[in-house]
Amino acid sequence: MSARDDILGGVRRGLGRGPVGGAEAEVVAERVAAHRRNLIPARAATLDAAGRVELFVNMAEAVQTTVARVGSDADIPGEVARYLAAENLPAELKMAPDPVLDTVPWHERPLLQIRRGKAEPGDAVSLTPCLAAVAETGTLMLISGAATPTTLNFLPDTHIVVARAGQVVAGYEDGWDLLRQRAVESEAGLPRTVNFITGPSRTGDIEQRIELGAHGPRRLHVIIVDGAQT
Amino acid sequence: MQATSHSFTDNARRELANPTLRRALGMAGTGFPARRADAVARLPEFEALRDQGKAIKDHTIAHLDHYLELYEKNVTAVGGVVHWARDAAEARAAVLDICRSVGAKIVTKGKSMVAEEIGLNEHLEANGITPVETDLGEYIIQLRHEPPSHIIAPAIHLMKEQVETAFRAAHTTLDPARVLTEAPQLCAEARTMLRPQFLAADVGITGANFLIAETGSSIIVTNEGNGDLTQTLPKVHIVVTSIEKVVPTLEDVSTLLRLLARSATGQEFSSYTTMSTGPRRPGDLDGPEQYHVLLVDNGRSSMIGGEFQDMLRCLRCAACLNHCPVYTAIGGHAYGWVYPGPMGAVLTPALIGLDEAGHLPNASSFCGRCESVCPVKIPLPKMMRHWRERQFAQNKAPPTYRYGLKFWAWVAQRPALYHRLVELKARMLDWVGRNRGRFRSLPLAAGWTAVRDMPAPEGRSFHALWAERQRGRG
Amino acid sequence: MPEPARVALLVTCLVDLFRPSVGFAAVKLLEKAGCTVEVPRAQTCCGQPGYNSGDKADTKAIARQVIETFAGYDYVVVPSGSCAGMVRVHYPELFADEPAMLGRAEELAARTWELVSFLTDVRGMKEVAARYAGRVTYHDSCSGLRELQVKAQPRQLLGSVSGLTLSELPGAEICCGFGGTFGVKYPEISDKMATDKIADIAATGADCVLAGDLGCLLQMAGKLSRAGSRIAARHVAEVLADMTDAVPPIGAPRK
Repeated sequence: MSARDDILGGVRRGLGRGPVGGAEAEVVAERVAAHRRNLIPARAATLDAAGRVELFVNMAEAVQTTVARVGSDADIPGEVARYLAAENLPAELKMAPDPVLDTVPWHERPLLQIRRGKAEPGDAVSLTPCLAAVAETGTLMLISGAATPTTLNFLPDTHIVVARAGQVVAGYEDGWDLLRQRAVESEAGLPRTVNFITGPSRTGDIEQRIELGAHGPRRLHVIIVDGAQT
Repeated sequence: MQATSHSFTDNARRELANPTLRRALGMAGTGFPARRADAVARLPEFEALRDQGKAIKDHTIAHLDHYLELYEKNVTAVGGVVHWARDAAEARAAVLDICRSVGAKIVTKGKSMVAEEIGLNEHLEANGITPVETDLGEYIIQLRHEPPSHIIAPAIHLMKEQVETAFRAAHTTLDPARVLTEAPQLCAEARTMLRPQFLAADVGITGANFLIAETGSSIIVTNEGNGDLTQTLPKVHIVVTSIEKVVPTLEDVSTLLRLLARSATGQEFSSYTTMSTGPRRPGDLDGPEQYHVLLVDNGRSSMIGGEFQDMLRCLRCAACLNHCPVYTAIGGHAYGWVYPGPMGAVLTPALIGLDEAGHLPNASSFCGRCESVCPVKIPLPKMMRHWRERQFAQNKAPPTYRYGLKFWAWVAQRPALYHRLVELKARMLDWVGRNRGRFRSLPLAAGWTAVRDMPAPEGRSFHALWAERQRGRG
Repeated sequence: MPEPARVALLVTCLVDLFRPSVGFAAVKLLEKAGCTVEVPRAQTCCGQPGYNSGDKADTKAIARQVIETFAGYDYVVVPSGSCAGMVRVHYPELFADEPAMLGRAEELAARTWELVSFLTDVRGMKEVAARYAGRVTYHDSCSGLRELQVKAQPRQLLGSVSGLTLSELPGAEICCGFGGTFGVKYPEISDKMATDKIADIAATGADCVLAGDLGCLLQMAGKLSRAGSRIAARHVAEVLADMTDAVPPIGAPRK
């Protein structure tokens, strides 16, 4: 008897039956296939698009994410340069090689030294896109892929995320829908990693005092492209 | 992990006398409940979500075999490998095998209570592999060679001076003249010391807060980012987890995630909630080449269909610990094993036996605060009572106690005798204690009078007085 | 005033042995609320000590006796959240595997009430005619709070006592450490909980702590006394029934 058989057998003995079969198996299979949503809090679900962005910004800022809102892609390099200078950081960054960032006119800021690829130990600042921004808790949803290496989200001290206003969704379930859609369309299935990121890295392990930058980035900056300026 | 639960009374006595622990727990005891209450107040649907979370877990456990098989199928489909372990020995062996197969020397670890449960670190060390705990709290206690004292804040029993001492002793390459008195300095030093380990690790081991049957994914809920560096940088990612962590769908896990961080730390969501599905994909620039999931039973399947099945709903949020007056009085080490507090009092006897862990379900006043804050409404006091019922049936209580209760129950079923005895006792105690109003010591009541006075009774029983009053009126 | 009601008082073993005044205070309040009160002689204990020690068989025997004894009354009222909770919440659990008794247990449970919440929630009492010149604080006994949702009711009635100031107790909902047998089996832990509780009580500046359960009160009074504190302890019924002039606080030397 393999460990697997023993364990499943033990579970079935406890439940007083053999393997799930027939009608019951169909019920369970249907439940998974339908993946129905459970109760969704009204907090974000009842808002319109502008309201969602507003909520995302508030929730994100409440957990020490900084947020800048710019009008268009053309404004992104300027905001990045401003942010790095304001934080007294060198004007260098490692960027996700994602085509979605290709339309940004980086060349207008030639002093911004940009390399693209995964994060290396020496990289201080990263810049990535995201799949979605969840308004409910100010949470960013990022996925791994050839164009979006996960190390960019964790190795550097400062992480900048570009999100378009249309990417701000109400809840996590909206994010799952996007993910499933993508999995089907790309035929690549799910990515290796989905990161839900809510604020910078932190710990309370020393006398319950919250410290930022435990192992991951100590700064998380989100640039929302929506035509509304901050 | 070697259990000392059988010495609970001595453990508790020792911990109660520890002034550093007092200060450390004092800080924690007020913080967590207040933050949880604030988070709950900010989410009007919280109570409804508790009911839904309970329902999701109950449904899953009732079909656990099915969901485990579906989960395994989906892990395999994305190129992961599922291993099954009946007990701690099999689990340790499985992890060691994987590590050996890639010639691992250094293994980074995200926090995993199941890994603690199976005694993984000692086993790896005994076999020439160096496990490096990367969660700050776990790192600190690893340096101090002690077990965790809380299931989400392992070093909660320590003050910062103790952390400084541990760091100075271990980080011998650093300048001894450096200042390490404040939390930011300690955190920065841990980050500096652990970063090279993350990069050098051959294997990364994490736990899993949830396993998703629909997709074959595992989820870790953290704040530091250590779990993510652990599972992304090395060539091999091993998830050490237990069979009851599985959840049917992504939507189901969203409900449970809405409950978890709020119940644990009062956060809306943890800094990093990460879902992993298999190894890196073709074209990915980073990520592990191998993804293994170790499903550990270690006594859980035996809990199904019995009085303790509801315990399998546990999300390991630690709300029960944080709200328990016993836990916040004595801390986690007194419980003597991996899982302290109310959830530990119920789970530990199920996993390591009632003989070893018998004190734990007894050291409760049944105040019920744990159950009232449990995100999935586990009836913790009721299950502690069930353990006491088993002990009673085995005649495990000390004789004086057993006979005392038996006598009480016998007399209580004979009202006429009972009333005479109570009136007699009331008069006797009154005769002895009348003037002072209280007893500083009482024979047969040393357990009480050792630490508090016993107020003297009024001197007559209610029933005697009532009978007199009725006769007077009649 | 609602219809007259025939109430049986479930005295509780602690009130019977230690402080009959609480029973008489309960009777006085119940009569004020338009009830006729009887005290069935065949009652002894609700069975909780044995229940919490794992002795289901003896507990069932005692519970059957209680169910018999209290049959026929409109209500059963208990000056204790923990004993009331035993009957209301745990008797049905106890007989979950005995359908015949289960029905009778549920029937009794539905008629059983903790004293103060009975006065407010069933009899509609909004205030009491009582005087207490002093500052009190109120401890929420765990069973009453969590099993029976007794929280606002004592505060509501105390609010009507003339001359009385109520200071809310920080950590009012935290256990005092009595827990029946727990306080004796694990005295050091119980003591730590009691120490914290009396520190919270002292911080309110109150001259008296009140609660609805004699177990908690014996624990708190015992610890206050051992610590040399002058803070008094009384059952809330004594204050509401305006008996504080006639009856000394718990553990005070008698005049």
